[in-house]
Amino acid sequence: MSTQADATSVRHEIVVEAPVERAFRVFTERLDEIKPRDHNLLASDIEATVVEPRAGGRIYDRGADGSECEWATVLAFEPPERFLFSWNISTRWQFEPDADRRSEVELRFAPEGPDRTRVVLEHRHLDRHGDGWEGMRDGVAADQGWSLYLSRFADLI
Amino acid sequence: MLTYQGDGFTALGDPTRRAIFQRLAGRPSPVGELAEAFPVSRPAVSQHLKVLKEAGLVTDRRDGNRRIYQVDPGGLQAMRAELDRFWTQALATFKEIVEQDAQEDG
Repeated sequence: MSTQADATSVRHEIVVEAPVERAFRVFTERLDEIKPRDHNLLASDIEATVVEPRAGGRIYDRGADGSECEWATVLAFEPPERFLFSWNISTRWQFEPDADRRSEVELRFAPEGPDRTRVVLEHRHLDRHGDGWEGMRDGVAADQGWSLYLSRFADLI
Repeated sequence: MLTYQGDGFTALGDPTRRAIFQRLAGRPSPVGELAEAFPVSRPAVSQHLKVLKEAGLVTDRRDGNRRIYQVDPGGLQAMRAELDRFWTQALATFKEIVEQDAQEDG
């Protein structure tokens, strides 16, 4: 796995021993198992992560108490090559309702043989989440903006 | 294994460094004040700050003859560090699942 990125994006590349169709299918159908469970915006434990497999579809966690959080929205669903979704989570680790302030994640699946696929993931336009932190910079209490995010961050490490 | 210089994730892997970072998130401080707040020596605090600075998590500015440290107000580096960790984990799990399937399906 390799990492490379500019200041406003995160990029990862991985080669898996599986045909491209299967790689795409597993990623989009089992995101539920793939996504680290410790990332949870719900008040209760996550029961399932659901991907609606079409452009405009929702990607959401459903909690054990029935609550839902649409943490991503499908922008492009093009099996087996491309999967693009918006990232609806702000720097404060809260749901971001404003579509202009969401970053996006693109996955590209490229066959490198009948049973081998290169997967390139790019999480980009992180600066779009920026309005919030620019406001924080001018604001009085830096800890208001940061505390939630940081405590969340610290919990994860 | 993911390794590269100035990695925010690695920088925050140390508990003392994380505590210093969290304190700075609440309030910009000079080295001396941090050294008083934590049970570590002033040179040790300086060393932690150096690592945090190299990782892009904190910045410093001169205030008279003191240097004040604060969390990078952009926050971009912290966010990137967390997302880096998130996707590293996710892709490792993905590889495991997809290759397990390939074996099962023959």
